[in-house]
Amino acid sequence: MTDVSETLAAPIGVSVPRPGIERFTAGRGRYIDDLLLPRMAHIAFLRSPYAHARIKSIDSAAAAALPGVIRIFTAGDLEGVVTPWEAVISNLPGIKSAPQFPMAKERATWQGEVVAAVVAQSRAQAEDAADAIAVDWEELPPLTDMVTALDPATPVLHPDLGDNLCFRMDIDAGDAPGRIAGADIVVEESFRIHRQTVVPLEPRGLIADFNPGDGILTVHHSSQVPHIMQAVFARHFGVEEHRIRVIVPDVGGSFGLKIHVFGDEMTTIAVSKILGRPIKFIADRLESFTGDVHCRDHIVKAKIGMMSDGRIVGLEVDDLTGIGPYSVYPRSSGVEAMLVAIFSGSTYDLKDYKATARVVFQNKAPMCQLRGVGMPIACSVTEGMVDLVARKGGLDPVEVRRKNLIPDDAYPYETAAGMPFEGLSFQSSLEELVRIMDYDALCKERDAKREQDIYLGIGVSIYCEGTSPSPLVYGVGGAPITAQDACTVKLEPSGAVSAAVGVTDQGQGAAAILTQIIASAVGVPMDSVSMTLGDTGRTPYGGGTWASRATGIAGEAALRAGRTLRENLLKIAGALLQLSPDDLDIREGEILQRSDGSVRMTLAELGRIVHFQGTGLPIEGDPGVVATGHFSLRDAMFMYTNGAIGSLVQLDPDTGFIKPLKLWAVDDCGRPINPMLVDEQLRGGLANAVGCSLFEELSYDDDGQLQNGTLVDYLLPMAGEMPDMEIAHMATPTKKSFLGAKGVGEAGIIGGPGAILNAVNDALSPFGVHVTEQPYTPERILAALGRV
Amino acid sequence: MTTPISISLTVNGERVEAQVSPRINLVDFIRHQIGLTGSHVGCEHGVCGACTIRVDGAIVRGCLMLAAQADGTDVTTIEGLSDSGDAADLQAAFVARNALQCGFCTPGMLLTATEYLESGGTADRDSIREFISGNYCRCTGYQAIVDAIEQVASQRGRPSK
Amino acid sequence: MKPHDFDYVRPTELDQVFDLIERHGDDARILAGGQSLMPTLNMRLSAPALLIDINRIDALKGLSVEGDMLRIGALTRHVELEHSPEVARHAPLLTKAIRHVAHPAVRNRGTIGGSLSLADPAAELPACALALGATLVLRGRDGQRRVPANTFFVDLYETARGEKEVLEAVEVPLATSSDRFGFGELARRHGDFAMVGLAAAARMAGGTIERLRLAFFGIGNVPVLSSAADLAAGRPLDADLVEVLRGAVGETLDPTDNLQASAAMKKHLASVLVGRVLGDMME
Repeated sequence: MTDVSETLAAPIGVSVPRPGIERFTAGRGRYIDDLLLPRMAHIAFLRSPYAHARIKSIDSAAAAALPGVIRIFTAGDLEGVVTPWEAVISNLPGIKSAPQFPMAKERATWQGEVVAAVVAQSRAQAEDAADAIAVDWEELPPLTDMVTALDPATPVLHPDLGDNLCFRMDIDAGDAPGRIAGADIVVEESFRIHRQTVVPLEPRGLIADFNPGDGILTVHHSSQVPHIMQAVFARHFGVEEHRIRVIVPDVGGSFGLKIHVFGDEMTTIAVSKILGRPIKFIADRLESFTGDVHCRDHIVKAKIGMMSDGRIVGLEVDDLTGIGPYSVYPRSSGVEAMLVAIFSGSTYDLKDYKATARVVFQNKAPMCQLRGVGMPIACSVTEGMVDLVARKGGLDPVEVRRKNLIPDDAYPYETAAGMPFEGLSFQSSLEELVRIMDYDALCKERDAKREQDIYLGIGVSIYCEGTSPSPLVYGVGGAPITAQDACTVKLEPSGAVSAAVGVTDQGQGAAAILTQIIASAVGVPMDSVSMTLGDTGRTPYGGGTWASRATGIAGEAALRAGRTLRENLLKIAGALLQLSPDDLDIREGEILQRSDGSVRMTLAELGRIVHFQGTGLPIEGDPGVVATGHFSLRDAMFMYTNGAIGSLVQLDPDTGFIKPLKLWAVDDCGRPINPMLVDEQLRGGLANAVGCSLFEELSYDDDGQLQNGTLVDYLLPMAGEMPDMEIAHMATPTKKSFLGAKGVGEAGIIGGPGAILNAVNDALSPFGVHVTEQPYTPERILAALGRV
Repeated sequence: MTTPISISLTVNGERVEAQVSPRINLVDFIRHQIGLTGSHVGCEHGVCGACTIRVDGAIVRGCLMLAAQADGTDVTTIEGLSDSGDAADLQAAFVARNALQCGFCTPGMLLTATEYLESGGTADRDSIREFISGNYCRCTGYQAIVDAIEQVASQRGRPSK
Repeated sequence: MKPHDFDYVRPTELDQVFDLIERHGDDARILAGGQSLMPTLNMRLSAPALLIDINRIDALKGLSVEGDMLRIGALTRHVELEHSPEVARHAPLLTKAIRHVAHPAVRNRGTIGGSLSLADPAAELPACALALGATLVLRGRDGQRRVPANTFFVDLYETARGEKEVLEAVEVPLATSSDRFGFGELARRHGDFAMVGLAAAARMAGGTIERLRLAFFGIGNVPVLSSAADLAAGRPLDADLVEVLRGAVGETLDPTDNLQASAAMKKHLASVLVGRVLGDMME
C-alpha cells in the first residue's frame, strides 16, 4: 500500500513537542486518584500472607464494628454478582487454567491474593478494618520451584487439570540437532532470567460507579484498554456492554500492566454494583508488589552450532517459565512463552531451528505479558549464544552477525518458525550501529585500556520486534481483544477538527502522533486539532494502547479518516466556489486554489456555512463533515520491526559492579511520525533494559514469600544509574498501510538486555568467564570471577 | 479515636486553617483536603520522589512528613511553583525536550530540579543526575530530563565547570 | 498504606518530653526527622499510640565548638551537616559521608540524632560516630550522661539510650592537623544503603600512625570497629600497611547475609574498601 517514496506532509515526520503536556508540568494532570465522586467510598483488601493456604474461616465481626466501615466482603458475598474467569485462548492449543474468582474461595494460591475487601469512608479506615479481620489459615505446601513443577512427585496445584503444565509449544524446523552435531563449534548454555515487575510510578486504580437508577456501570479506570475492559466487565457482571462506560483519565505509566484483569479491581466493581455507589481503589505500592502481574521468570537452555567460517547452522531453545497459579485473563499467560519460541533466532537466516516452550503453574504472583512479551528473552538468549559461539570460534561478534543476518534483499522472507517478514533491515541497521558506535575504534580503546587493568565491555544485539498485532494473536482465540481501531474526525463549526479514537495515551505520545497525522491528512495546524482518547462512551471501538500498536493501527485509521474528511471538505468547497475539488488544496486550515496558491476560503468559513447556512448544499454524494477510518492488520501476526543495540560497560573486577557507560540504538519502525518521540520510546525501553539486566529481580524464598516487595529492596534504575543513549534510525515503511509506520514502544527492552549481556561478558572475557543469570549483580559477577 | 490537630499554614501563598487527623501525611492532606492534586503519591515510603513538596523553601518527601508537622510552615506545591513563573523556563524545557512521558513523576522532578538550580547547580550532567537520583521515572530513561535541566542551567548562566 | 491511628504532640521543652515518655512508656515514639520512622508507620510495621514530635525543641538544635569538641545538636539536619563550614573544618569525615546519605529531599529533613538513635546498621552516621570517637550526650529527667560511641550501639536497632532518655547532642573531637579521614561505601545505587561501607580516621604522629579506627557499616547488626586497625599503630600509612590491613580485616568481621550480599561477599568488599579508603588517605 505504501509508496515508499511518497512523502506525507508535515507535521508527519517532524519532532514537534506533544500538544497539551503543559498540564503535566503545571501539576494539572488528572489521574485516577485525583477524581472525586459524590458518596464515593474507599476499598482496601486483606491479602493472603501465605503462598498456599486453606481458608478455614474468616471472622470479620470486630473489623466491621470499627469507625468508618461500611461493609466487609468475602468471596461468598460476590456470588451471583460476578462470574469466575478462565484464561485460555483457543489459538494456543492445549492451554489450560482453572476458574479464578475475584477473591480467594476456600484456598489462597499466592502471597498477595485477595481474601477479603473492606469498604469504608476512607482508605485509612478500610486498612484499619482489613488488619482486624481474623482468618483461620491452614498452610498448604507451596509449589515454588518451576524446575520440579512437572515431576510426577510434585503435588498438582489444580487437581482437576491433571498436572502443573499450563501450556506447551514445540517448533521443529529442518534438522537443528543434526546440523548442530555436525557443526565445527558448538556451545550449550543455560540462561536464568529472574522475575520482574514493571512498577509504573502510578499504581493501578479505578473508581467503579454503578448507578442502580439507570443500571449503567461507569468505570473510571487507569487502563490501556477501555473497550477490552468494557467487554470483560459485560461478560462477568451481567451488564450489557452498551450499558458500561469505561473512561480512562491520565495514566501514570503502565508498560503492559494495565491491560490485565485483577481480582482486586473486579471486586471493586462487584462491590459498587452491590452497594450502588462509587468505590475507589488505588493500589498502594506494597500491595502492588504482590497484586500486580509479574513478568519473565525463565530458564532457557540453548544450543548453537557454527562452522569455523562463522556460519551458524542450527539453534535449539528450550524455555521453561513459571506463571503463578493461574493463566492471566483475558490474554492467557501462554503468549510470553510462545514469543520466546517463535522469536528466538528469528533475525538470522537459519532454516534449522528447534524450540520447546513449557509454561508451568506455581504458588507465586501471576505472571503475564508485560512490555516486551517474551521477545527480550528470545533476543538476549539468541544474542548471548551468538556471542558465546563467536568467542569460542575466535571470531568478532559483529563479523558473525554480518555473515548470518537475514539479508536486506531477501524479502519477503519466512523465518524457520513461520513468521512472514515483508521487509526489514537487519544488515543495514547493524552497519549503522557500527558506524554510530565507531565500533572498531571503540574495540581498540577497550583493548588499550585492558593493558591498564580497566575492563570495558562492548556488546551488540540484533532484535526483531512484533508490533501492531493482528487478530491472529488474541482475537481468533476467543479473547474479547480487538485488533482493529477506528478514528472519527469532524470539522467543527469553528473550523477546528476534533477527533476521537479508542487508543489511550500513557505518555508514549499517542495523542500527539495522531494529532500530527490528522493535521497532515486534513491540512490544518496541529493546534486546531483536539483529540478524545480512551472513553468507550465517546470514541469508536478500538483495541487500546499495547503491543506498540497505537501508531501502526490507530495512526493508519486516523490517516484514512483525515484523508476522507479532506476529500469531503474539498468537494463542499468546490461546490461553494464552483471549482473542481481537484483544483483546490487545504493547507494550514485554508482552502487554496492550486493554480495560483490564492486563499479562497478558510475552514472556519466552510464550517460555519456547513453547520449554519447549508442552503447551498446538498452536493452530489452529500459528503459529510464527519469521517471515520478503520484499520486492522490481517495477514500476519504482527507488523515486524527490527533494530540493533550497542552497549558499553565498565567492570570493576574487585567489587563486581557493572557500570553502563553508554548505549546506542538503531531502530527501524518504518516511517517515523515524530522522531523525537521515537527516540524517547527507545530510551525509556533501554532504561527498562538496564533495570532488568543489572538490578531488577523479585526474590522469593522457598515458601513463596516475596523477599523484596518495597522500593527500598526492589532496585530500579534511577538517574544516577543510567548512561546517555544515542539513537539513530532506519526507515523501512510497512506496505500494509498508507502510513507505513510500525511500532517502537518495546524495542529498547527487547534489544537492550542482549547488548548489555554481551557487553558484560565481553568485559569478563579477559578472565575467561561469563555470566548468564540475569540480573548481573555484583555478587554474581564476583562469583563468576571466583572472588567470593 | 485520636484527637484532631488544628493547623495553620500557607499553601502557595494562601492561608489555610484546617483540622487534620494526626496520621494524615502532608501529601495526602494537600491532595485530598486542600484539593491540590499535582503532588503525586507513588510509594508512600520515601523512595520514589513523586510526592516532593517544598516546605519553608526546602524540598521534602510529602509522604514522610505529617500534615500536623506543617503547622506554621510555608508550603509550595507544583501548582504554586507553576503559577509563580519561577520555573517557567524549566517547564518549557521539559515540554520542548519531551522530558516527561506519563507525567506522574514530573511535579516532583520539577521541584527537585528547581532546588538544584536555585542552590547553584550547574549544567554538569553528573551533578544533575546525582541530585535527581531520588526521583523515580520509569518512562524516559532520564536523559531528556537531564538534558532539560542542563539547558536551563546554561541559560541561567551556570554552565558546566 | 496508611499508618495506624495515633495521637500527636509537639512539645517545646524537654521536660514535657520526659512527662510524656513517663506517662506513655512504650506506646510513645519520638519523631525527629521522620525519614526512617515514617516509612515504618506507613507500612504499619510500627504502631505507636503517640508520636512526640521533638522538632521544635530548641535545646536539641545548634552546632557549636565547645572546648576541643564540636557539639552537634540532635536535631541538626543532614543538609546542615552537608553545608556547614564548621563541620567541614572540625569534622570533615561527616562532610564526606553525608553526601552518601539518601537524596536531597531526605537530607533536608533527616537529623543526626534520629540516625544515631535508630542505629540502622547500614547507615553512614553511626559508623562515622565510631570512627570519630564521638560521645553521645543523653538527657534524662535527672540530668545528662555521656556515652562513648563504641558502647552506644548495642544490637540491631538497639542503643544504650534509656527508655526515658532523649539523645541531646553528639560531641565530636575537633579534627587536628594530625588527623586524616577517609570514607567509602559500596551501594548498588546512588543514595542506597551500603552493601558495605567504611569510615576511617587516622591520628598521625610524625610519619607514623598513632591510632587508626576502621568503622564498618552494613556488616552485621551494629556498626563495628575492626580490631585489624590496631595493626597500624606505629607504622607509616603506606601501601604495605594497606596490604596488611586488607588481608587482616576479613577475620575481624562477622557479617550476616542479606539480599544484596552474602557474608563472604561482605568480607571481600570490606577488604576492597580498606584498600580504596586508605589509599585515598595516603594521598
